[in-house]
Amino acid sequence: MSAFDAAVGRDGPNHVERAQGSPDIQHSAKHAAYALASKRIIAGYGFWIFLLSDIVMFSAFFATYAVLVDATAGGPSGQGLFDLGNVGIETACLLLSSFTCGLAGIGARTRNGFWFYGAMAATFMLGAAFLSIEIREFMGMIALGAGPTRSAFLSAFFTLVGCHGLHVAIGLLWLLTMMAQVFAKGYRADILRRLLCFSLFWHALDIIWVGLFTMVYLMGVTQ
Amino acid sequence: MLGKLSWAAIPLDQPIPLFTAALVGVVIVGVLAWVTLKGWLPYLWREWITSVDHKRIGIMYILLAMVMLLRGFADAIMMRSQQALAFRSEGYLPPEHYDQIFSAHGTLMIFFVAMPFVIGLMNFVMPLQLGIRDVAFPTLNSVSFWLTATGALLVNISLVVGEFARTGWLPYPPLSEIAYSPGVGVDYYLWSLQISGVGTLLTGVNFVTTVLKIRAPGMNLMRMPMFCWTTLASNLLIVAAFPILTATLAMLLLDRYLGFHFFTNEAGGNVMMFMNLIWAWGHPEVYILILPAFGIFSEVISTFSRKPLFGYRSMVMATMAICALSFTVWLHHFFTMGAGADVNAIFGIASMIIAVPTGVKVFNWLFTMYGGRVVYSQSILWSIAFMITFVIGGMTGVLLAVPPVDFVLHNSLFLVAHFHNVIIGGVLFGAFAGYTYWFPKAFGFRLHEGLGKASFWCWLVGFYVAFMPLYIVGLKGMTRRMQHYDVPDWRPWLLIAAGGTAIILAGIILQIAQLAISIRWRKELRDETGDPWNGRSLEWATPSPPPAFNFAVLPSVEGDEAYWDMKQRARQQAMLGEEPPYADIEMPRNSPTGFICAFFATFMGFALIWHIWWIVVLAAVCAFATFVVFAWRDEVEYVIPADVVARIDRANRTARGETLALSGTPS
Repeated sequence: MSAFDAAVGRDGPNHVERAQGSPDIQHSAKHAAYALASKRIIAGYGFWIFLLSDIVMFSAFFATYAVLVDATAGGPSGQGLFDLGNVGIETACLLLSSFTCGLAGIGARTRNGFWFYGAMAATFMLGAAFLSIEIREFMGMIALGAGPTRSAFLSAFFTLVGCHGLHVAIGLLWLLTMMAQVFAKGYRADILRRLLCFSLFWHALDIIWVGLFTMVYLMGVTQ
Repeated sequence: MLGKLSWAAIPLDQPIPLFTAALVGVVIVGVLAWVTLKGWLPYLWREWITSVDHKRIGIMYILLAMVMLLRGFADAIMMRSQQALAFRSEGYLPPEHYDQIFSAHGTLMIFFVAMPFVIGLMNFVMPLQLGIRDVAFPTLNSVSFWLTATGALLVNISLVVGEFARTGWLPYPPLSEIAYSPGVGVDYYLWSLQISGVGTLLTGVNFVTTVLKIRAPGMNLMRMPMFCWTTLASNLLIVAAFPILTATLAMLLLDRYLGFHFFTNEAGGNVMMFMNLIWAWGHPEVYILILPAFGIFSEVISTFSRKPLFGYRSMVMATMAICALSFTVWLHHFFTMGAGADVNAIFGIASMIIAVPTGVKVFNWLFTMYGGRVVYSQSILWSIAFMITFVIGGMTGVLLAVPPVDFVLHNSLFLVAHFHNVIIGGVLFGAFAGYTYWFPKAFGFRLHEGLGKASFWCWLVGFYVAFMPLYIVGLKGMTRRMQHYDVPDWRPWLLIAAGGTAIILAGIILQIAQLAISIRWRKELRDETGDPWNGRSLEWATPSPPPAFNFAVLPSVEGDEAYWDMKQRARQQAMLGEEPPYADIEMPRNSPTGFICAFFATFMGFALIWHIWWIVVLAAVCAFATFVVFAWRDEVEYVIPADVVARIDRANRTARGETLALSGTPS
């Protein structure tokens, strides 16, 4: 915590001058504590709002999936297509990657290069493993003739799960960019803020996945 | 190599779009040549295009909205004149062209006139009212603007390259599916909205964070000016609603591009799901537009009545109630779907309930004026006209919220008259009130009052003459979007409506004249004090136009009406507060990131529309590279030295001290 805060440094254009002088100014210094947030708080807060909007987008896809889940048009349903073993491995990869992502945050906080790069690399490997299993699952379904153009149910399935996969892919790209940035620029305040946003993003993908796992896969095979 | 794009995309057989495009092309080339010859390009690049200053971005948003208003209004003239002529004849617009015109008119007016206008005003005003120096994420703000501009550009490119959607402003499937709309028109619509939608969403994130996290010391939530509250509500709605639009349009894109079956007639697709999803965004969208307008009216009415806003707390409650309720009424857009009497009744009642907080607001404005010393400036004329017009539009809305009535009137010109009644009478009048009210703050001189009033009367009379007849023909059974008709009973009303359009045109010409003459007479209209209307909130504490940093020292807020209180104190003590100690101010550096991203987004959108895949990939890589380059920069801020700050602020204090001395005792 302290490393993060200390790294924040300047407060940006809205920072209040804490000077002695006229009563107005003393007053503002008194208020400053609660009125103005640090850049780190603002960045994290803004990113949370963005994540909420992302979750709203997912909720539209979830709702669509719920409406179309029975619209199989004579094609296969989830029961015949989903392999819970596979999905279990995917889930393990993603949840573990959240843990390693947390470790990377601690590594950055303590300026420990070994932990930071090591944990980021592990996060990347786990995310990539998740993604490759998902792509293999998609390929297998398409090979079976159960691609997204087969029925409205499969359109909704590929879109919902694929949208999450796309987020993971973008996350991986972001992860590599963050590693490169820390490597090139060091643990600068603005880079640490971005790292905070990245880890929020990565954890949010887990939350979405929990919903996906339950609504799509578990409810799909027990239908 | 170029996908579906070929010379056949240029509509050489249609003189109207070609002529228009040639004219617009000449104007654009002319302006560019003039700017280049005058040597203004470096200035424009440095001070405007790459600017991350919320004031500059706000002004650019409003400029975009006004230019697009001209384009959208040209469409309106064509529609009204077509319907005036097309009695038992074909008129002058062939059906496929007429369909594009009404689709483009709605799309432009909502997404590229109303949205940029209110976002521009929020951008300019909200940080000033909160007493801060910029929004939470200044560079992101610039990205938002340029992505919106990209969307507008793509819609306008469709005029000459290819075609625009013929599906109406919301592309209802199955008509909008590839089987029935095989051309690029719907793709133009979808990609321009997806790109500008990203910009709008980022604005929402940015502004919610700003209002909730960055305010001047002492500016707690219940001391915020009403406009800041409506900004907050509107942007909360953006954050909650625009992702639904993105998801819905993405599904339609998947249907069209990859053969998915979300909304198709076959393979289990569900058409009504599109209506539900699009209106789950669409209804909050109308409140995204109208809430900031409510905020503007609150500011204007209070300032020009010389009274604090009546019932501030109830106004806040009403705003937030509308914010929440707006998500519970979407089904009233398709009562005829057949959801059953119970469902329709629930949504009908919910729609009527939302009229209650709106009514609370109208009474608050009336009571603000009651007992006040009302100054009939052009801004308050727009506000009074709004109250009358909006109440009429609101009542026809409540009528339409009664399901059995809606079964008779849906898809008729009665509906068209209703939503123009609330959008012109509400959003547009609000935008114009805000434009005249804050213009001196932005540019340092007032808009000419006489021409503004003349324009106002043309707009008001023109609106009633143009749209009241549409209520009547709607009741007589005329459906919307008719290219020709043969009912003699409708004709006189449509001729009157066309006449109304001509009166509105006069209003628009007067507005342009007002702007031109005000610029020419700017010396006479100069606002020296920064407070031309005797305002009550903090934006009037800054010089006009405000310096880059807005406030030399962040103001300390001690009451409900921050600047009014400061003025009162200064008058009582017969002097301004002591000069504050000035310090260096760090401001965010300009960045071309937004412009460059939008540049690549334009190419990417165009290439996606025409299936030119290599450009899509190339542009996506370039856009990512732009972000990396932005993230790599080392210097993100520049410093304005304390002595410069002091010089600017001392001039402001001198001007202010003189005004306060002249105005004598508090009024």
